[in-house]
Formats: sequence, C-alpha cells, structure tokens
Amino acid sequence: MGKAIDAKNLNIYYSSFLAVEGVNMTIRPKTVTALIGPSGCGKSTFLRSINRMHEVIPGARVEGRLELDGKDLYGPGVDPVGVRRQIGMVFQRPNPFPTMSIYDNVIAGQRLNNKKMKKDATDDLVEQSLRGANLWNEVKDRLDKPGSSMSGGQQQRLCIARAIAVQPDVLLMDEPCSALDPISTLAIEDLINELKMDYTIVIVTHNMQQAARVSDFTGFFNIEGTGKPGHLVEMDETKTIFSQPKEKATEDYVSGRFG
Amino acid sequence: MQQPGDRIFAASARGAGILILVVLAGVAAFLVIQAIPALVANPADLPGGKNIAVYVAPFVFGTVVSSAIALIIATPLAIAVALFITHYAPRRLAQGLGYLIDLLAAVPSIVFGLWGLAVLAPAMLGLSTWLNTYLGWIPLFAGPVSVTGRTMLVVGVTLAVMILPIITAVSREVFLQTPKLHEEAALALGATRWEMIRMSVLPFGRSGIISGAMLGLGRALGETMAVAIILSGSSIITFNLISSGNSSSIAANIALNFPDSTGVAVNTLIASGLVLFVITLLVNSLARYIINRRREFSGAN
Ligand SMILES: Nc1ncnc2c1ncn2[C@@H]1O[C@H](COP(=O)(O)OP(=O)(O)OP(=O)(O)O)[C@@H](O)[C@H]1O
Ligand SMILES: [Mg+2]
Repeated sequence: MGKAIDAKNLNIYYSSFLAVEGVNMTIRPKTVTALIGPSGCGKSTFLRSINRMHEVIPGARVEGRLELDGKDLYGPGVDPVGVRRQIGMVFQRPNPFPTMSIYDNVIAGQRLNNKKMKKDATDDLVEQSLRGANLWNEVKDRLDKPGSSMSGGQQQRLCIARAIAVQPDVLLMDEPCSALDPISTLAIEDLINELKMDYTIVIVTHNMQQAARVSDFTGFFNIEGTGKPGHLVEMDETKTIFSQPKEKATEDYVSGRFG
Repeated sequence: MQQPGDRIFAASARGAGILILVVLAGVAAFLVIQAIPALVANPADLPGGKNIAVYVAPFVFGTVVSSAIALIIATPLAIAVALFITHYAPRRLAQGLGYLIDLLAAVPSIVFGLWGLAVLAPAMLGLSTWLNTYLGWIPLFAGPVSVTGRTMLVVGVTLAVMILPIITAVSREVFLQTPKLHEEAALALGATRWEMIRMSVLPFGRSGIISGAMLGLGRALGETMAVAIILSGSSIITFNLISSGNSSSIAANIALNFPDSTGVAVNTLIASGLVLFVITLLVNSLARYIINRRREFSGAN
C-alpha cells in the first residue's frame, strides 16, 4: 500500500481540446500532495486522469506516461477497471449509494472484487473501514439505514470508508470538504493525516489554509487565459510553496494576489 | 402571506386533483349502479343461464393470463432495450432507436391485432409445436396444438409487443436520470459498466421500471381489439396456452357482445367491466405498495 505516482509529459484532452499540457510530477508514496490553482486550470482533469476516470467522458484521452510505482497505467493491455480498484477516489459532493445501507456502501467495492466473503470477515471489514474513517462510533447502531440518511460530513466520511475498504494504493480527493461545514472539514483533515500512514493521498483544494495544514507537498497549476491549456507551474514542499516559491505566479496566487 | 401566483397555482393543482377523484368516483358509481341488476337477477335470466360469478370467471382468467404473459415477456426485454439505448449504443444509434420506440408506442392496437393474427399466429406454430413436443408435460403446453395459431400464447406475445414501447420509454427516461455522481461513484470503485448499472442505474430506476410496467399492464388488461381479433374465446378456464380452446378477456368479451345485448345482459357485461376496474385498481395499489416499501432507500432525496 502507498505507491508512487509519476506523470511524464502528460497532455490531457477533451476530444480536440487540450485541457492540461505537459505535466511532469512525482508524487512520493505515503505523502499528502495538494493541488491548488485557479478555477478551470485543470486540477480535477489531472486528478481524474490518475485513476483513468477521465476517459469515462466520451472523447476524453491522454498522451504521455503516467506510472504507478514504475508501471505505466495507460500501457497497452492495462484495464482501467483494474486501475480504479488500485486508486480510490473521493468526490467533491458526497455520493454514497442512496439505495444501499451504510453497511452495503462500505463493502460495495469489496463485493466487486470477490463475491464470496464470510459474514464475520465482512463485518470486520466494515468496522475497520468505518473506524479508519472516524465514523464507527457515530453509525455503529444504524448500519442498516440508508447512506443518504446522514449529514453531509458523515456521508463524505462514509465515502472515504468505502474507498479505503478495498485497500487501494492511492487515494484521490477532489475538493472533499468544499460542501462541508468547518467542523466536518476539520474531521476530514484529521482523517487525512491518519490515512497518510498507509496511503498516498492527492487532494485538490481551493482552501490555502487547508493545503498548508494537511499536505507535505503542493503543486500549483495555472492557466494563461481562457481556451489555453492549464499547466503545472511548480511543485515543492508545502512550506516552500507557501513561504518562498520559485515562481512569481505561485507567490501571487498563494498570497491572494491574482495576476 | 402567500403570493397571488402561489395561491392560484395551489388552487388549480387542488382543483385538478379533485377533478380526477370526481371522475374516478363517477365511473365507479356508474359501474356499480349499472351492475346491480345483474347481481340481483335470477341466474336463469343471465347470458349462459348461470351464476354471474361463473359467467365472469373465465374472462377474468383470460384477462389475467394474457396480461401476465405479456408482462413477463415485455418487462425484461424493455429493460434490456432501455439499457442498450442509454448506456451501450453510440449516440446516433441511440437517438434513432429511441425515436423508433416512441413511434411504436403510437401504433393503434387494432394494427397490432391484425399483425398478431396474420403474421404472428402462423409464425408461432413451429414454436408451439416444439413447446408441446419437448415441454408438453408442463400443463401450459399440454396441447393439442391449435392449427390456426389463435391461442393464448399468441395473444400474450402480441400484447407483449404492444406494451414493450411504453415500458421501454419510461425505463429509458429514468435510466437517463441516474445522477452522474452515483454512476461515477461505482466506476471509481472499479465497477465494470455492467456492475455500474447494477449498482447505481437499476436501483435508482427501480420505481420507474415498476411504474412503466404498470402502465403497460394497464394497457394489456384493458386491451380489446387485439384480443378480440385473435382469440375465438369460449367460456372455459384452462392453463393450456397453445390449444384452440381459450377463455377470452373481459374487454374483448364486452366489445364482442355489447352490440347484441339487451336488458339484464347489458348489466352483466357492465358487471364484468366493474371487475376489470377493480383488478386494475388492485394492481396499481400493489405497485404503489412495492414502490413505497423501500422508499427511504429510493434515492429520491
Ligand atoms: N467534461 C468536459 N468536457 C469538456 N471540457 C471539460 C470537461 N470538464 C472540464 N473541461 C474543461 O477542462 C478545463 C479544466 O477543467 P477542470 O474541471 O479540470 O478545472 P479545475 O481546475 O478542476 O477547476 P475547478 O477549480 O473550478 O474545479 C476547463 O477549461 C474545463 O472547461
Ligand atoms: Mg475541479
């Protein structure tokens, strides 16, 4: 668990539109990497290309290489379904399956992997995953209730529990706190800090303080103008990015002066 | 303090709701009042000279069996077609197919009836013979096989073709409504397309599928012309679907006999219509019940 990601000259397209250009990025195992940048610069697009969710959109494709511990994720014969089982994802809006109970939500991914699991093994997995997502104490008495019967923050932690239940190597999070109140946000940030013991985490956020609080490394994406492709301006240790970035654009952005 | 617009809208919505109830109550009242003479009449005066229940039973049976065959065949097929259109076919093909299905829904039932009689009945002779030869030990296919092909099975299949478009159209609409969010949740967990459909599309569309099936069933239960054309019904109850002795349906029986009926015979036919009305209400209530039973899991919140 906890593998490295390497993007090499990655270009990401929506049909003929080049959305993100020439990304070179190395993400170390068991670290938290924050991706920041103005709206539309391609943070989500890049994040979704890591677990090949990008290509779910008709016409979407990538050029270049993307490696997980040296293995090309876009190589010939690599099944995107397999990639997604290794690289979990948490979305901006909490999306537990409304037609499933809390319990079934947690093991939804496991059910896909191997159909047959003993009842007590599944029970253990559910408890362990919910504990891992700091949700166990809140829901242990109502595991059979629908996932949509919880608060937004709890739903988001349920989604995290669902993602870690399949023990992925990497966890991708696209603005996981943007729909949540400050208390729920703190709960998720604490959780991210614990999860990096086991997982490589990449998180997109618009909240500078959040990036500073949770991440070890930060990548700054920018865009020259509308219609132009987004690109990675620089990536460094988070404290370097926030105190003495190499690029002027980064400094302007993190200090709130948009250029 | 409500806005005038809100008040007008609330009033007209309430008015429309009440109007529907009034019409429904009016229909029910008409049926009951007109049916009473037949219910209290001397059995000897009724068509067939028997008890009213004995008279109506074969038609109830024919109605239910033909509709059940239609529903069993049409529902899975409709779901498959709707899924193909929404999740598998390329955009162009999907649009064309969707259009075609909507068009099929508008074909009058008399056309389906003629088609069933002229094309389907002879075409299904082979199948009926095969069923009789290899599955003849099941009472449904006991035979002897009707040479004209005017059988309950042919009626069921014709009705299935007839209700397929409406079930497909409703299912397609609800499948398209599946939130992207939940489809992506499944895909991001490493679901294949089919697994994604099973995890998010089908559960989400469940109540829509049931509603569509009920609309189709309603059409099949009340179908008159197609059944009247294909079946030469008699007053028997038999599970044998492929022989020439068949019970007709309530609606077809009314249509065939109403013009020549007078007096209490008319009341008898209306009484059978009342039974059809009740069947339809029961079926719809059952569907409501199924949909509501797992409401909190419906995804509609
Ligand atoms: N489904 C799509 N089809 C076509 N173009 C898209 C699609 N999704 C995004 N884009 C385009 O790709 C570019 C990058 O979008 P993306 O959503 O990755 O930005 P982002 O950095 O995540 O923005 P935000 O901070 O607002 O979430 C934008 O120009 C956007 O219009
Ligand atoms: Mg985004």
